[in-house]
Amino acid sequence: MKIKEFALENIPLIGLVILMILVSLASPSFLSVDNFLNILRQTSINAIIAMGMTFVILTAGIDLSVGSILAFAGAVCASMIGADTPLLVALFTTLAIGAALGAASGSIVSFFGVQPFIATLVGMTMIRGAVLVYTDGRPISTGDFEVANAFYELGGGYVAGIPIPVIIAGVVFLVCWYVLNHTRMGRHVYAIGGNEQVAKLAGVNVSAVKITVFAISGALAALAGIILTARLESAQPTAGLAYELDAIAAVVLGGTSLMGGRGRITGTLIGALIIGVLNNALNIMDVSSYFQMIAKGGVILLAVVLDRRGKTTE
Amino acid sequence: MTALLELKGVDKAFSNVRVLQKVDFVIKAGRVVALAGENGAGKSTLMKIITGIYRRDAGTMRYRGSDVQFTSARQSMDAGIAMIHQELNLLQQLTVGENIFLGREPTDRMGRIQWPVIKERSRYWLGQLKQDISPLELIANLSIAQQQMVEIARALSMNAELIIMDEPTDALTDVETKILFDVIGHLREQGKGMVFISHRLGEIFRMCDDVAILRDGAMVHQGPVSEIDEDELIRHMVGRELSQQYPYDGVKPGPVRLKVDGVSAHGVSNVSFTAHAGEVVGFAGLVGAGRTELGKAIFGANPTTAGTIEVDGAATRLRTPRDGVGAGIGYVTEDRKHEGLIQAHGLRSNMSLIGLFRFSGLLGALDKKAEKETITGYIDAFSIKTHGIDAMVSQLSGGNQQKVSIAKSLLAEPRILILDEPTRGVDVGAKREIYNLINELKSQGLCILLMSSDMPELLGISDRILVLSNGRLTGSFSRDEADQESIMRCTVAGLKEATVQ
Repeated sequence: MKIKEFALENIPLIGLVILMILVSLASPSFLSVDNFLNILRQTSINAIIAMGMTFVILTAGIDLSVGSILAFAGAVCASMIGADTPLLVALFTTLAIGAALGAASGSIVSFFGVQPFIATLVGMTMIRGAVLVYTDGRPISTGDFEVANAFYELGGGYVAGIPIPVIIAGVVFLVCWYVLNHTRMGRHVYAIGGNEQVAKLAGVNVSAVKITVFAISGALAALAGIILTARLESAQPTAGLAYELDAIAAVVLGGTSLMGGRGRITGTLIGALIIGVLNNALNIMDVSSYFQMIAKGGVILLAVVLDRRGKTTE
Repeated sequence: MTALLELKGVDKAFSNVRVLQKVDFVIKAGRVVALAGENGAGKSTLMKIITGIYRRDAGTMRYRGSDVQFTSARQSMDAGIAMIHQELNLLQQLTVGENIFLGREPTDRMGRIQWPVIKERSRYWLGQLKQDISPLELIANLSIAQQQMVEIARALSMNAELIIMDEPTDALTDVETKILFDVIGHLREQGKGMVFISHRLGEIFRMCDDVAILRDGAMVHQGPVSEIDEDELIRHMVGRELSQQYPYDGVKPGPVRLKVDGVSAHGVSNVSFTAHAGEVVGFAGLVGAGRTELGKAIFGANPTTAGTIEVDGAATRLRTPRDGVGAGIGYVTEDRKHEGLIQAHGLRSNMSLIGLFRFSGLLGALDKKAEKETITGYIDAFSIKTHGIDAMVSQLSGGNQQKVSIAKSLLAEPRILILDEPTRGVDVGAKREIYNLINELKSQGLCILLMSSDMPELLGISDRILVLSNGRLTGSFSRDEADQESIMRCTVAGLKEATVQ
């Protein structure tokens, strides 16, 4: 009984373990510390975006604008670093811009009653347009000032042998986990997704919570933009295209319901890792990148179907 | 008389919790059998086994002379068993006709839906219920009572042999109940078998031929209604004597706690009254008289357009429920499913939702240990039957859900508590517990506004009764002056006025 319950509760985790066993059987080079660190580093950007997405989806919303916010934040940050802005100033400004863009989507959802899908679809289009206007369609280099070297560390550096993006993702995870499980805000997020009317009658400030979750999503997308820009030492106008889809896939793979009110941040982390391991495995097995997309879609479908079956037989 | 459906030795358990034990149950053609029992006694489970939603663990079921094992609601429906659920199962954005024929739409050979047939058949079945509802009307535009009638029309249209009605009169007015009873009488003459589940004991004696009583998952009595009286029925249901149905506690009211002056809002016009600490003020009125709207207006969930509200002498602006909670007002809704509790969430997160501020410190960090202790305390104090503090609310019985709902409001430590139909869909034993609770809260100095359609209940536990009609206050009675007849006169007073105008 106990084992069965554990299994039903942790289908994403079991899926990840099975996937890793299969891949290591197929390709011995998969099982190495270097490769694992590589997977974690590649996963960290999607994981950070997906964790913000988890907040939004738990309130029964969706955020399609994260990829565009990532690109916009990256471009602004690159030009600030290129203009020798102090590192902390550049970082906080960038994060604030991301949060503000998210809060704008949230406000449209809260005050004008627009569906999150539509509000963030508009955001996605307009912000991407703003990126192209701002960059004139060309990459922005982080420049040659001293600060650019320090900035590079955020994407390409290591602390005690662990890539800095992985450490950042770990800290983000801990904070998100704490907020969702141990704060009033977290309870309100679940309550709104569970039944918005009940939450409202319980005195929850529904508009404020919704604006906050979109702001969190936007800020984390901007953080991902900072890491990506730092690693490439430049901001690309097309950065983050379709990243929202990988983030949503990670959240869903992690067992969070798109209807809201049910799900866990640990699940999202595991979901992001499943996608990361899959990408890595297809690469080291030399599968063509065209075929990779088909394989990835297939695995996501399989995982979600298994998860649904587990839930209905409960 | 032959048995239409016969259950023998039916057992059912959910994850090792036994909910039905060796239940025998007979439904005869041409008779109405009342299924009585407290919430959680196993009535719903038994009905779900008959309709194929649940599978029995043991026992046999014979339907029209042969053994059957339904594995889906669809199968039982095709076999002629219709169930009218307490929680109405209508699609709000479809029309009346579409709902009546949902899944059974008449089609021609090309597979095209024959709308004229749907319209005509729907009109016919609604006509049988004396309802003048257009088949083209959206369900969302109908009152709860009208929706109930549509559900019944759907069951009739299936030509069901066995009709199960779960609390069908709960949302109906007296006139509509009378129509429903006429229909039941008519169906009985046609030889249909019927199961009637109701917490209103009077209706059982008025309408039913047989009565079957479940207690803690066992069938403790089954026989003709004529051989049993109300006291015996209650004794079978609760397994103990209920000496006094409405306990009243004559505490002396304290100072004025709530002053409502000239308040108007959606469904409420120019209402003024005061209520004291340690007082239960009852609100009587017909369905739609504005009781719920008034309760919500005082709480802040129904924005006021005129008038003032004072709590403990201080004027308050109540524009959102958050303002209401902040002003020390608790509101327990009549609609538990949609407004009261998050059905798919656990008892803990539901119960502490309003009062979370009590457990949160810096940056909203929760003291989960204190939360758990408080909630366990309420579960014990209210004797809420549950598997644990994280059990899903949807798995609790109606009475237990209501207790969770009240506890949820109390957790925010209100000074004024508004209870909207607190005993609707709640069984006799749990009702009694809720009355005791109201008395206890009253003696602690809470000011309680009690909205109820159950007149004996209002008369039984209120200190004062105010009557609403058409959104206006049309009567005010002290406990000693109040009687059913004068209150009834006031409930229709505003209506006459409205028609004169």
